[in-house]
Amino acid sequence: MAVIVIGAGPAGTRAAERLVKDGIRPVVIDESERQGGQIYRRQPDNFRRPPSALYGSEAGKAVALHRDFEALRPQIDYRPNTLAWGVRPGTLLTVSGDSVEEVAYDQMIIASGATDRIMPFPGWTVPGVFSLGAAQIALKAQACAIGSAPVFLGTGPLLYLVAWQYLKAGVAVQGILDTSSFRQRVFALKQLAARPRTLIQGMRYLADLKRARVRVETGIVPLRVDAKDGRVAGIAWRDRSGREQLTHADALGMGYGLRSETQLADLLKCDFSFDARARQWLPTVDMDGRSSVRGVYLAGDGALVRGADAAELAGVLAACAALADAGRAVPGHEMQALRDKLVPMSRFRNGLEAGFPWPSALAATIPDETMVCRCEGVTAGDIRHAAKGLDAPELNRAKSLMRPGMGRCQGRMCGLAAAEILAAARGVSVEAVGRLRGAAPVKPLPITARLPDSVA
Amino acid sequence: MSGLLRRIAEDQRQTLRITVDGTEVAVLENDTLLTAILTVGTRLRQGEFGDGDRAGFCLMGACQDCWVWTEAGDRLRACSTTVMPEMRIVTGAVPWP
Repeated sequence: MAVIVIGAGPAGTRAAERLVKDGIRPVVIDESERQGGQIYRRQPDNFRRPPSALYGSEAGKAVALHRDFEALRPQIDYRPNTLAWGVRPGTLLTVSGDSVEEVAYDQMIIASGATDRIMPFPGWTVPGVFSLGAAQIALKAQACAIGSAPVFLGTGPLLYLVAWQYLKAGVAVQGILDTSSFRQRVFALKQLAARPRTLIQGMRYLADLKRARVRVETGIVPLRVDAKDGRVAGIAWRDRSGREQLTHADALGMGYGLRSETQLADLLKCDFSFDARARQWLPTVDMDGRSSVRGVYLAGDGALVRGADAAELAGVLAACAALADAGRAVPGHEMQALRDKLVPMSRFRNGLEAGFPWPSALAATIPDETMVCRCEGVTAGDIRHAAKGLDAPELNRAKSLMRPGMGRCQGRMCGLAAAEILAAARGVSVEAVGRLRGAAPVKPLPITARLPDSVA
Repeated sequence: MSGLLRRIAEDQRQTLRITVDGTEVAVLENDTLLTAILTVGTRLRQGEFGDGDRAGFCLMGACQDCWVWTEAGDRLRACSTTVMPEMRIVTGAVPWP
């Protein structure tokens, strides 16, 4: 039985481990040089900071995930530095360096993770503006801050976590600008209480930030990045009471929660459904991670953004489902226990979406001249022209007419915002404008990549 | 002028030398190219549509906005490429060998 696991973060690692336990030797494909995914990303060998400095309260989980993976190494076919760039039923296409390979599979568990959810605003392409995930990676994997005096803007738990991590690293955080309101958080409390320890941890971060007199503003509207000498000089924003404010800063970390990486499921023609809470199209999966396509399973943030703890459980559960579907005996109580543990995690996730909502209404306020698609230089006005002047009823039509999402990131950065702009311009729901279709290669291949005859 | 990124720890690593836009710069072993270039500079590439300099965005291989070129014409994704001694990098116009 040939099983491929895509991704070696929390979900992929635990899926591989469960398969190995049943005597299977999975192929584990990971784009990174080192296992761990983004959240438990490892620093290079010659770095010396202890796990507590890198992962804080989650250090124990990170160390366990790394250690358990190292123990698995002899029993898996581990392929780091390898991108899964295309797939057709039964065959995955990978590239590592210049070398393209076809990998046959009976079953595939996709644990491809997530990236920051981005709402463009004027100046977001100026050097010194990074995503929140980027700000965290710079610190964790390279021991660098994105600037000496950064502002963090957006919403979601990562906004506060990254600011706290920068504070602890001795960086002079100039402010936290949150588009969601305190009121929204209060309404979400009941759902967030599904994971009391995580909720309390979050409150501790906020208390530390306030004790350090970091400015925390909620219910704000981002206005623009002011640039000087080709780099960030300040962030203009409107406060709760409608006054314009300017915060001096030399860097900006921005993000509004996360979006799932779903391209491979898309290429396999898995069914997607619209998630009204996140206002995103997600692969349809059953409670164990089965997609609509036989033999294809999804786990972790690449299926539904519920965080690292849920990803570990969902990885094991998807592996159990794959094993059971292949006719192997999997204890029913094992799967039921995993499902039970995921229930409060899903509830907590719903609380996060309600308490730190994607600020969809901002899309309609982005000035016409603001760049939305940073790959192709497509502005909000271009998308509105596609919507009205060219009468594009849905996102792929807008893309073929005006090119948003056509570039090398394939809409990972702009796709969700482009959908909101299009929907607002046409006066329809964001669900009605659909989603960008995936295309292989899901990321650019090197020009020198050598394709096997069957692919070329 | 200082670079965009600021090192806050792990600065006891071995120094390597690479060339960025014709100027030799000292970097640290196991820096990514993005770290190496942005701790001393403020750009990795130029937008293709005349919209100014770019300096990466996501650092996780998704946005593809940190591409740099070698003088020999090879394209590298700076956020996921580890520096090697003697690398010769171009951040301005794409070189046509």
